[in-house]
Amino acid sequence: MGYIEAKNVVFSYEGHENEKGAEVLHGVSLDIEKGEFVALLGHNGSGKSTLAKHFNAMLLPEGGKVYVDGLDTMDDSLKTEIRQRAGLVLQNPDNQLVAGIVEEDVAFGPENLGVPPDEIRRRVDDALKAVEMYDYRLSAPYKLSGGQKQRIAIAGIIAMHPDCIILDEPTAMLDPMGREEVLRTIHKLNRENGITIVLITHYMDEAVGADRVVVMDSGKILLQGTPREVFSQVELLKRHKLDVPQATELIYELKNEGFDLPDGVLDIDGCVAALEPLLGKG
Amino acid sequence: MPVIETKNLTFTYGAGTPFGKTAVNDISISIERGEFIGLIGHTGSGKSTFIQTLNGLLRPTSGKVLLNGRDIWAEPKKIRAVRFKVGMVFQYPENQLFEDTVLKDICFGPGNMGLSAGEAEKRALKAAKAVGLTDDMLPKSPFELSGGEKRRAAIAGVMAMDPDVLILDEPTAGLDPNGRDMLLKQLSDYHRVRRNTVILVSHSMEDIAKAADRVLVMDSGKAVMFDKTEKVFANGGELQKIGLRVPQITEITLRLRKDGYNIRPALTVEQAVRELLPVMKKRRAENG
Repeated sequence: MGYIEAKNVVFSYEGHENEKGAEVLHGVSLDIEKGEFVALLGHNGSGKSTLAKHFNAMLLPEGGKVYVDGLDTMDDSLKTEIRQRAGLVLQNPDNQLVAGIVEEDVAFGPENLGVPPDEIRRRVDDALKAVEMYDYRLSAPYKLSGGQKQRIAIAGIIAMHPDCIILDEPTAMLDPMGREEVLRTIHKLNRENGITIVLITHYMDEAVGADRVVVMDSGKILLQGTPREVFSQVELLKRHKLDVPQATELIYELKNEGFDLPDGVLDIDGCVAALEPLLGKG
Repeated sequence: MPVIETKNLTFTYGAGTPFGKTAVNDISISIERGEFIGLIGHTGSGKSTFIQTLNGLLRPTSGKVLLNGRDIWAEPKKIRAVRFKVGMVFQYPENQLFEDTVLKDICFGPGNMGLSAGEAEKRALKAAKAVGLTDDMLPKSPFELSGGEKRRAAIAGVMAMDPDVLILDEPTAGLDPNGRDMLLKQLSDYHRVRRNTVILVSHSMEDIAKAADRVLVMDSGKAVMFDKTEKVFANGGELQKIGLRVPQITEITLRLRKDGYNIRPALTVEQAVRELLPVMKKRRAENG
């Protein structure tokens, strides 16, 4: 049994004047294990954010069931417990920070959970250390860079001691360094603290570090597997107008020219290592 | 003749107060008519401040901005005309749509320029086409469009003013890869057909590599590089030092080069394939 279990989830947003809107998820089933790092890919409109918002009871299934640590998201009395276990980080850090000082912002979640004050102090310090922002605990959030703000948003969730963090395009608004900071942070939380990560992203190079890649298309799961398995399916992904990392695409193109190259090359190192034996130095 | 020139352009927020912060520091550059310029720099490097001085939204603390050879602040009362000639698409422009139909929204800019309703609509239709909005979308409310379509409607609104210079701040942020590629292609096509100048601000080095003729790199308010795209991205180490990166494909070709292979840095996967194939074929022939 997975830590998060989605069984045959059907969902549609409300349409005009109480009419039913178009169905966004058509019976999606997905199990996520505790401690797993899952990257969720797909077009805008593929249903990936909608699915992820079911994982902390932000949205409730119209058909099917979602369980978080065995808790049924349809049970309203469990909502607080579910949200404590699975926290959500969104795209725009400016919409998620509420306080004037970093540490107050991080304390907001545990305060709402009724955690005792000295315990809050400890949690806030630990959370800020985990995202490497402890030195900024007395800063004003608006003075921080995008990557720093996003890490504060993550710290705010960590302070609630979740088992799982769901991140919906957390790097979409960040510069290259900010993206790296955030990626490094969530990998560290996954590796060192065993936190389950669900990362929604449009950047293929962010997905290659995941344990599992799940590709959504038109409200269904199109493909899933290890990054290597998924990104070996270049043709299928291209047919669905999805992207692969540039390293993968380069190897794929050269293979099509009849060169003997491995499948599922994912990154710069792999690509360079695969190419060099086939190149002459002359 | 350059369409835009800056001469010792400096902008300080809160100039003359103890909290003054110089965001643009002594930039002198010149952009030729018809160029496609990429502008990169980490968050806080001064990119947004810089572009806002180019269309007169911010008045330089010192130095000048010349548009078609004329100081845009020579007659401050006419600054509005500058904003029609240097069109600005802000980040997340779809949040600024407000009319009750898509067509009316796109007509708003040209209408404001004092064009007749007929002429404004003619331009709006052309701009809508350029960004791939179909006729059936035009009478709809902007709120019925998808996120990507809204974004393109907002960009069309600025294009419809037919500016000499079109500046776009992170136009592809939040779009999926297909949406990014489509919008980039539309911008490139628009640029090719109209032959006007485009300045694209982006955190996506891949987007810049695909589209730009020249790249301006900003760091701490200064213009630290301004050169042909392939030359800028050949400086992987320098860019890394100021918090930037090169596209993955460029990094791969730079690594091969460093390892002693005679490969030129590539900006796109197609370029890399073109560069690698002859070398690989030669090697294969030699080894039988």
